[in-house]
Amino acid sequence: MKSKLSSFLPQTKRFAIFALIPLAIFGVVLVLPFIRGIFLTFTNWDGFDFDRLVGFDNYAVAVQDDRFWSAMLVTFGYVIASLIAVNLVGFGLALLVTAPLRSSNVFRTFFFIPNLIGGVILGLIWQFIFGQALPTMSDNFGLPFFSDNWLLGPTTAFWAMVIVTVWQMGGYMMIIYITGLMSIEKDVLEASRIDGAGPIRTLLSIKIPLMAQAFTISMFLTIRNSFMAYDLNLALTGGGPYRTTELISLHVFKEAFGFGNFASGQSQAVLMFLVIAAAALTQVVLSKRAEVQR
Amino acid sequence: MNKSRQGKRILFGVGAFLSLVYVFPFVLVVLNSFKERMSIRADPIALPEDWLWQNYVEAADKMEYFQSLTNSVLITVSSVIAIIVTSSMLAYYLARTKNRLSSVTFLVLVASMIVPFQALMIPFVGLFGNAGLLNSRAMLVFFYVGFGVALSTFLYHGFISNIPFELDEAASMDGASDFMIFRRIIFPMLSPVTATVAIVNGLWIWNDFLLPSLVLSQDNRTLPLRTYVFYGSYTSDYGLAMAGLVLSVVPIILFYFIMQRQIISGVSAGAVK
Repeated sequence: MKSKLSSFLPQTKRFAIFALIPLAIFGVVLVLPFIRGIFLTFTNWDGFDFDRLVGFDNYAVAVQDDRFWSAMLVTFGYVIASLIAVNLVGFGLALLVTAPLRSSNVFRTFFFIPNLIGGVILGLIWQFIFGQALPTMSDNFGLPFFSDNWLLGPTTAFWAMVIVTVWQMGGYMMIIYITGLMSIEKDVLEASRIDGAGPIRTLLSIKIPLMAQAFTISMFLTIRNSFMAYDLNLALTGGGPYRTTELISLHVFKEAFGFGNFASGQSQAVLMFLVIAAAALTQVVLSKRAEVQR
Repeated sequence: MNKSRQGKRILFGVGAFLSLVYVFPFVLVVLNSFKERMSIRADPIALPEDWLWQNYVEAADKMEYFQSLTNSVLITVSSVIAIIVTSSMLAYYLARTKNRLSSVTFLVLVASMIVPFQALMIPFVGLFGNAGLLNSRAMLVFFYVGFGVALSTFLYHGFISNIPFELDEAASMDGASDFMIFRRIIFPMLSPVTATVAIVNGLWIWNDFLLPSLVLSQDNRTLPLRTYVFYGSYTSDYGLAMAGLVLSVVPIILFYFIMQRQIISGVSAGAVK
């Protein structure tokens, strides 16, 4: 008992020195609004005040909002398209810059650049490219597909977002895939070459299975980032034309801060969180299973 | 031999072509930032007839470039330093304290990384806005610590767990206090993780838009915020708008070319863990 007491004081002191401040900030900034946010969805909160509990009423309002479902649908399409395209491009770029070329470092430098710049600035840059540059080039050189401003048509605006996303995130995923490719031991590759495996066979049967973890990470990050995408959506299309490319983040933002529907907007935000958590966990579980099976 | 040389040539061709595709948007923006409005409408891909530096002077003035740049630098640097200090200490505490509370705390931190900011931004604005705590750069730094501490603590935690405990014990025998052990012995050993933490958080905070757009207004605005507002008000004057975009991208690109190696390795270490 005595020894317990004598170790209690230094323990508390250690906690006060090292952990108290960081945990207090974390609690106030992240945990408190998160928990309060969940609680508020069960009240008649108007952004300032609430005076009673309303059960699941806000969720009932939230799921009756057609725009919410169309935003969810667009988001799912966007996540799936990005997931496939970003990872194909990222992996392809990684293969390219790990090939024995003198210029591969220069290429790598270029491919990573879009990643340094925030989604808002990238969106503005591409607004100009899709709106001005490509249509003119199309007129002058007969470049196909781009004669109309892509951002003005619902389908083309959606694909414009996917293209810019691939351009932005491809370089980042490339870095992860490079790390994966580099971690494969040279002996294994040498052995497969001696056994007569060609480059494609080596890629499919040796490299990809041995770097499965890199795929897990990249796919997780792509899913998470594209579910949460806001900056690019805002700056490139603003959700237009006619809110057809409005992703879920932008929708929630507009519900709350644009239309003042705080309680139902927050309910949609909570639903969005649940969807992201479920999607991310499912993907990790599936990928881990695939990793083990090799 | 000949075949492999040809293969290399094809690879080089593909790489060069893709590099061009990658930088093409930037090149166009730079070219047009030197032009007048009318010549952009006529032909956005031609070289400028005379190089108008005037667009830059005007854009820098109208977007209050130096003020916004200072805001961005101040906010990013102070947040990164604050995150390094708080999360390295928290990670040290969690890695060295073996009890139920510390493992639960660690789990909560890890779990919090999946919570998107959007899931709590509405109550966040309610809480801090009603308390009158928004629109200050210092508060923004405080918020960044709150949102950044989980990932950074996680990164430090993995590294500290591999530092043998005997090191702490030996120093403790020599009479060093807990804080001295951390400050003099442990923290210097963490420098590779510190570099990763600095780069991962620095890139995020420098480019962040949503949080500062909710927190800051007017004079306190960061570069991305200011650029967005500026671009919105001068959409018809493309030359000016393009100059604004170039100005807002130049600092990070310069930083990248100076610190390229550290940035690439920091990014890969931060992502893979």
